[in-house]
Amino acid sequence: MTVRRLPLSLRLGLVLVALLLGVALLSLVWTPFPADKVRVVARLRPPGAGHWLGTDHFGRDVLSMIMVGARNSLSIAAAAVGLGLLFGVPLGLAAAALGRWGDEILARLGDLVFAFPAVLSAILLTAVLGAGAVNVVLALGLFNAAVLARVTRGAALAVWRREFVRAALALGRGPLSVTRVHVLPNVAGVVVVQATVLFAVAIVNEAALSYLGLGIQPPSPSWGKMLGDAQTHLFNAPLQAVFPGAAIALSVLGLTLLGDGLRDWLDPRQRGESGLL
Amino acid sequence: MPNRKPCAALAILAVGAALGALPGAAPSWAQVRTDLVVGMALEPPHLDPTAGAAAAIKEVTYANLYEPLTRIDAEGNVVPGLARSWTVSDDGLTYRFTLRPGVRFHDGTACDSADVKFSLDRARAADSVNAQKAYFAPIASVETPDPATVVVTLSRPDGLFLFHMASGDAAIVAPESAAANKQKPVGTGPFKFERWVAGDRVVLVRNPDYDGPKPALERVSFRFISDPAAQVAALKAGDVDAFTLFSTYEALPEFRNDPKFTVTVGTTEGETILSTNNARKPFDDVRVRRAMAHAIDRPTLIEGVLYGNGVAIGSHFPPHRAGYVDLTGMYPYDPKKARALLAEAGYPDGFETTLRLPPPPYARRGGELIAAMLAEVGIRARTEPMEWAAWLEKVFKGKDYDLTMIAHTEPLDIDVYGRADYYFNYGNDRFKAVEEELNRSQDPARRNALYGEQQRILAEDAVNGFLFMLPSITVQNAKLAGMWVNRPIQANDVTGVSWK
Repeated sequence: MTVRRLPLSLRLGLVLVALLLGVALLSLVWTPFPADKVRVVARLRPPGAGHWLGTDHFGRDVLSMIMVGARNSLSIAAAAVGLGLLFGVPLGLAAAALGRWGDEILARLGDLVFAFPAVLSAILLTAVLGAGAVNVVLALGLFNAAVLARVTRGAALAVWRREFVRAALALGRGPLSVTRVHVLPNVAGVVVVQATVLFAVAIVNEAALSYLGLGIQPPSPSWGKMLGDAQTHLFNAPLQAVFPGAAIALSVLGLTLLGDGLRDWLDPRQRGESGLL
Repeated sequence: MPNRKPCAALAILAVGAALGALPGAAPSWAQVRTDLVVGMALEPPHLDPTAGAAAAIKEVTYANLYEPLTRIDAEGNVVPGLARSWTVSDDGLTYRFTLRPGVRFHDGTACDSADVKFSLDRARAADSVNAQKAYFAPIASVETPDPATVVVTLSRPDGLFLFHMASGDAAIVAPESAAANKQKPVGTGPFKFERWVAGDRVVLVRNPDYDGPKPALERVSFRFISDPAAQVAALKAGDVDAFTLFSTYEALPEFRNDPKFTVTVGTTEGETILSTNNARKPFDDVRVRRAMAHAIDRPTLIEGVLYGNGVAIGSHFPPHRAGYVDLTGMYPYDPKKARALLAEAGYPDGFETTLRLPPPPYARRGGELIAAMLAEVGIRARTEPMEWAAWLEKVFKGKDYDLTMIAHTEPLDIDVYGRADYYFNYGNDRFKAVEEELNRSQDPARRNALYGEQQRILAEDAVNGFLFMLPSITVQNAKLAGMWVNRPIQANDVTGVSWK
């Protein structure tokens, strides 16, 4: 097996995601100003020496808000994807292993979730349970679980038809053991790629919900809420929308490139199948 | 310039340009417009003001389409409406109204005392769906000695009766059409209903048979635009000629600097308050409520939320009304004192609470600022945005809340503090005693003194956080005249509007 160069998209993605992570981690120990410090007299300042990215309509420092917003965005997306992995992957594996009735029931449950767009079901859920970070995680996590279950099932079914699985079964291995030893390692790559993409989707959806006022609640800053607040200032302070918008765009770009690059890198068709097994 | 040959037009242009007189000549050809498009943020759920609390219903129909017995004019005075005059007996129990002669409903039927009796009886009936049933509760009987006379007898004196009878809720409707008014409104006003394009506009046209002075406008459209950015764009594009209760305050400097627009800032009856659940711990302790009053920096709040276009209040009473007492100095902004009061009440480290916020921008923005101010003294308020339906159900009806922020827009509504079942969960026997005397007394000087006393009691008890008066801001085409500046009642009365 030769060590191949990492694809360009993967390297770009890694840089952007590392930047995002770095900013989020830095905000734990340092921000230029407290992100929730309100000073109405200093509102809507343009970018300058004191406030590098200016101030918002309440005089809060935009850079500090973007930094803490990155942390909030990442934590929510991570929790939502984590929840999806926790429930989606075992469900997908179970569906593939059970076949027939079990598979059918799980597939129909998935259809139920897919019947509503993720943002719509998240709005429904937050409307019933109340706005806030936890409910956003739950809503997005539910969607992610459904997506991951479907992807895992599809990949796992393909593995189940392979000769080495039949051989293992013929040797008397149970389905649980086959799933753990043979199926899971072979679907891991697909799941990781899908999880990366879902991570980007979760960031966008969290921003959408916060834009609607259903996401993270003030005083904790959120990119989506910053965009929502900026909307009425488009005429007198257009930069208010640019910074959170750019933050969302760059994060999603980074994560999508990362997912794309990972898929290229992990794709067994480019690797020689025997190497994986 | 219809059908004129291009070359001729060019020649005129050339001559005009040479003389430098062309711009000045234009108005002499132009006909004065007789149509008007009024922008509003919210669409009414239906068009029957006697069957719904939504302000938007009255903002379309009041004085334009329906008329009550008495009316509120642009300055907030009670003036004749359907009744051209009235007398009140000395004991304050019998009101004798004389109706305008020859009034007809838009469907052609005559409007006489029987219709008034029908409307008042309908509003006070047991199965009435009137949003302000309490306005009609004092009525004991309605008699109609002749078609032009209505005699209303009260069971108890009510100093606000004429005021309440001037509200949109007391609009006079006809028995033949009342049931269909929600979709096809029929009133007696100077405008009649033409059509309603759901989600977009309601169109009214001049009523040619109106018995009073005819309005200058022939056609009035009310357009509903909820998105703040779209409101600004619609004004700039000329899609709406005037936007009332404009709440995108950050856009005002731009409109003020543009000679095409006029911006007026007037008063409303909207006391904007931090409603506080007085029955719930720790807000049942007056020291905690006073601490919050000291923690809120009202000038900053008004600057941050309204861009300075608001007046601070110290109790639940509008400064423009007779009887107002200035109590804004009672709890000056003083975080140290707030902390001390909290410590005294047993909360040296503050406490956690929830601030539930209805949709209007003043509440969402203001709530965020107030939460930041409360945090400075240790009160950690979690904001929770809610939709209107949920807010009405949970907070207003269910009284399930700690704090909320809302403007109380009914005129002269200080009496709600005397209602035991109101969502503040506040009760004070002294206040109720003053309220009872208010209902008995007709003398204006005495009434004002009593209102002053009520304001003081509420301020001393710091029942709610008294914040500011919601401004009535209208952004309009500079050529428009006659729009109301103030908003003494929920209305967009366009009967006196014309183009210059």
